[in-house]
Amino acid sequence: MSEVFGVPVQALLGQLMLGLVNGSFYAMLSLGLAVIFGMLNIINFAHGAFYMMGAFIAWMGLEYLGIGYWWSLFLAPVGVGLLGIAIERSMLQWLYKLDHLYGLLLTFGLALVLEGLFRDLYGVSGQPYTIPDELTGAFNLGFMFLPKYRAWIIVSSLTVCFFTWFMIEKTRLGAYLRAATENPRLTQAFGINVPLMVMLTYGFGVALAGFAGVLAAPALQVSPLMGSHLIIVVFAVVVIGGMGSILGSILTGLGLGVIEGLTKVFYPEASATVVFFIMVLVLLLRPAGLFGREK
Amino acid sequence: MSPATEYLRVTGLHAFYGESHILHGMDFRVNRGECVTLLGRNGAGRTTTLKAILGLTGKRTGSIMLNGREVVAWPPHRIAHLGVGYCPEERGIYASLSAEENLMLPPQVSSEGLALGEIYAMFPNLRDRRKSQGSRLSGGEQQMLALARILRTGARLLLLDEISEGLAPVIVQKLGEVIRQLKDKGFTIVLVEQNFRFAAPLADRMYIVEHGAVVAEIERSELEQKRELLQEFLGV
Repeated sequence: MSEVFGVPVQALLGQLMLGLVNGSFYAMLSLGLAVIFGMLNIINFAHGAFYMMGAFIAWMGLEYLGIGYWWSLFLAPVGVGLLGIAIERSMLQWLYKLDHLYGLLLTFGLALVLEGLFRDLYGVSGQPYTIPDELTGAFNLGFMFLPKYRAWIIVSSLTVCFFTWFMIEKTRLGAYLRAATENPRLTQAFGINVPLMVMLTYGFGVALAGFAGVLAAPALQVSPLMGSHLIIVVFAVVVIGGMGSILGSILTGLGLGVIEGLTKVFYPEASATVVFFIMVLVLLLRPAGLFGREK
Repeated sequence: MSPATEYLRVTGLHAFYGESHILHGMDFRVNRGECVTLLGRNGAGRTTTLKAILGLTGKRTGSIMLNGREVVAWPPHRIAHLGVGYCPEERGIYASLSAEENLMLPPQVSSEGLALGEIYAMFPNLRDRRKSQGSRLSGGEQQMLALARILRTGARLLLLDEISEGLAPVIVQKLGEVIRQLKDKGFTIVLVEQNFRFAAPLADRMYIVEHGAVVAEIERSELEQKRELLQEFLGV
């Protein structure tokens, strides 16, 4: 019972849990990307930058204004969401009718600008952010120690993902959203203010990234580059899950986090690339992604 | 006719899709409680007329008076709230929504809509299929649903585009009965039709559309005298 395939159970469980933590971030970020892509038809390359900004707003709030973690968890996503709305109104809204490439280029450019700005201000070394008192320490589960903060990341991100899924799939507002995604013109002709919904969707999608950023702040260093490190894997997750699928992006995010964690145990050399191997396989066998629909 | 009895008046309406100029000065009016048909060949501009009223085309000029208000510059989502229901030619059933979600989707625009019970009484099939995904419904069911979902909202002006197209005769007959019931309930209806035999018994007035403009207006009472006109433009 203490070893599985020659690997100590403790190490296995530890990596499994780390995998779930990473998977939680993948899930939240790819969920935002999927929602945004579905509604706006835009591949939001600035997503990593919004994630980074969420972490930085939390850090700056604490550093300059003494705003604690719990307030930041609420205020940073709101701030990031408002910035997203300003960007949607001023720039993105002119691109919806054009090829995907334009949205991708604009958001990629935005990501570089935002990242460069923070790099210029704070350098690349990264700032520490302490875990709030309530979440320091660990649970002793008998067979392993579970750091409270990691448990919190998993639980809170799953809650946010579930809430988002429920809102989109089970409520009236969600039905508007799905209808507007499928046929925006007709939906607008029924009297639904689609441009407003598009704007709010972008704000919400990037706010999710901001929320993930705040969650990440105490677990990682707050660094201008944290977003661009993560976003490449997240895009692979989105490709594997299928663009535009809500549940697909959540499950794929978590699943790939776990697979990555387990790879670290059994074949560490491949842990950084396993996601991309899976992406290649999925693209060969199911080009629309595991949960995507062929168009 | 005085403006009070007029629900819709379109005057000198031009509409474009990008560079192409589709409507060249459409003129027609629809009074409250009337059923008016736009007849014409494919590509004459009838579908575009409905879309232009709803703000779904590109640039528009001219005048669209809806319920006493000039709406030619309004965005589509505000126009619906003046009591306009739209049933598009392609039916526009959302594949990602269930039949019931499709039915409940369009927001309420007035309190005068039919109750869900009334709608299911009119279209019993839809009650049986309410949990089905929109994409799984048959053509006839999709057409019923497309019609049913605008009756719920309280829209009093119905813009119906080719509702009889591609359906079995028995369903077309059923749709004819439904339109007659709706007229009795006081709905104002604009029917875009190719099927003259479907439209003729329902319409109070007909407009013949050709090259993006109205070329003839025929009252129900004039139908016999103007046979030749119909023959010329429609081949009926």
